[in-house]
Amino acid sequence: MLQYFFRRILHGIPVLLTVATLTFIIMHLVPGGPFDTEKKLPPEIVANIEAKYHLDRPLFVQYLLYMKQVVQGDLGPSYKYLGRDVSDILKETFPVSLVLGLFALLVVLGVGIPSGVFSAYWQNSALDRSLVFLATLGISIPSFVLGTLLIWSLSHQLHLFPPALWESPRHAILPALALGLPFAGYIARLTRATVLDVLSSDYIRTARAKGLGEGAVLFKHALKNSIYPIVSVVGPLTAGLVTGSFVIEFIFSIPGMGRFFITAVTNRDYPLIMGVTLVYALLIVLANIVVDMMYAWLDPRVKL
Amino acid sequence: MSRWSWQSRLSGSFLILVALAAVFAPWVAPYSFETQNTFNALALPDPHHWMGTDRLGRDLFSRVIYGARVSLSVGVFTTLFAMWIGTVYGAVSGYVGGRVDNVMMRIVDVVFALPDLLMIILITVLLGRGAWGIFLALTLVSWVTVARLVRGEVLRIKEYTYVEAARALGASHRRILLREIAPNLLGLLIVTLSFRIPVAILAESTLSFIGLGISPPFSSWGTLANDGWKAIKFYPHLIFFPSLAIFLTILSFNFLGEGLRDRLDPKGG
Repeated sequence: MLQYFFRRILHGIPVLLTVATLTFIIMHLVPGGPFDTEKKLPPEIVANIEAKYHLDRPLFVQYLLYMKQVVQGDLGPSYKYLGRDVSDILKETFPVSLVLGLFALLVVLGVGIPSGVFSAYWQNSALDRSLVFLATLGISIPSFVLGTLLIWSLSHQLHLFPPALWESPRHAILPALALGLPFAGYIARLTRATVLDVLSSDYIRTARAKGLGEGAVLFKHALKNSIYPIVSVVGPLTAGLVTGSFVIEFIFSIPGMGRFFITAVTNRDYPLIMGVTLVYALLIVLANIVVDMMYAWLDPRVKL
Repeated sequence: MSRWSWQSRLSGSFLILVALAAVFAPWVAPYSFETQNTFNALALPDPHHWMGTDRLGRDLFSRVIYGARVSLSVGVFTTLFAMWIGTVYGAVSGYVGGRVDNVMMRIVDVVFALPDLLMIILITVLLGRGAWGIFLALTLVSWVTVARLVRGEVLRIKEYTYVEAARALGASHRRILLREIAPNLLGLLIVTLSFRIPVAILAESTLSFIGLGISPPFSSWGTLANDGWKAIKFYPHLIFFPSLAIFLTILSFNFLGEGLRDRLDPKGG
């Protein structure tokens, strides 16, 4: 198990390296630099600033310098938020995005799995058909459309929830719904398909034949085997929630990593762009590893 | 072979309608997309302006129709291009097999692990926020899904006895790939096309919505929604109609995809 974990971490390194390199190249190809201002600065000052951040060195040298720094655990100073390190900004904004992501995950699984199970159990009933229809609606609605709809209806019209900011648990409800519900549609459909598949297998027929109650058949026998495919998509799902969250953070003015990423890109704040991208990539790599290990732990048939 | 469901029929008709409106926009739209009339700004929907007017008095209905041009073409052409790359790549990888396959799939794995929306944002900003930037950025992250699918299919198909027969008859690799294997991929590709287009439309509109995508004077539905977002509290119609257009289009492609899958790719259910 431990050996597997370390092997997967090793496999993750080229991914992170590619992300870092690609981002670095793309970022520096973008026209405009971080210190372009409306007013023209005297050339000496520009030269000084560029020297300070090694921007006067060849790109390849800048890359090596940066990578050396990162390996030592230092993400460098932000160019725009003067006097602040990227790690400080991340320390403040990452927990916000993480909490939002976890709330959304709760919505995804809490809505998606039960509705998939009900759908499958009462296959072709009116309930099933409406749940399947709702799931397709969910998949098709962009989270920014759902988000604005929720803000307009529940916040502006009915005043039930605050329309923006991040201060109390009540502030988290609408963003988590907007982020999570579209993905819940996917999970509902996946759960339905898996449970249907499992319910038609021989061992379920045996369980029923020996006179087991329907509750026990469904919850003790069927669900146990249906959970694996769902677990296996939680990895990509986490990735989707994480990268999807910046739209939600934009709409709800949530001070998370995603919103900082958007401003960082428009400001050409190189170290901040790199920092946020690397944290996202690391999170996705780790989520996939954790999910695969959980899979093996849950399902004794899977060997790592 | 199952019959088309009413959802698929309705979706297909809706998409044809939207596509026609987009192509013939100058004839269909009641007004030009840029004519301003500041005396009639921010009007609510009425018989003259079916979707109301924006803060410069431009007719929203006409702008949504012109927006369909941008949104649909970005969605359709990106997907076609990404599918072309992905199909060739996946087919070669699966057909050749062995070490080449291994290396090619490793590359796919790495691209797959990129945080795609972040990459799209970076590339779009790099290429200057036009349709081209979005086109290339979306292609870059979406061809890998197709490559994986096609590779899996080719791996399966190339073991069929009829392919073996072709090989035994001395057919060239090129002929086997193009004449024997490719026709068998067609169903999968059509279904995939229908499911990938809405993904591209979604990505483009999301990007434009947060102000990093298509920029004025050209407007996609996402750009229009972004315009309306600023006035959501008092003029919700400005964001409602573009959002509705995005939602209905994505929904229709998904329903159509399901209908196509039932008919063309019974295994994929």
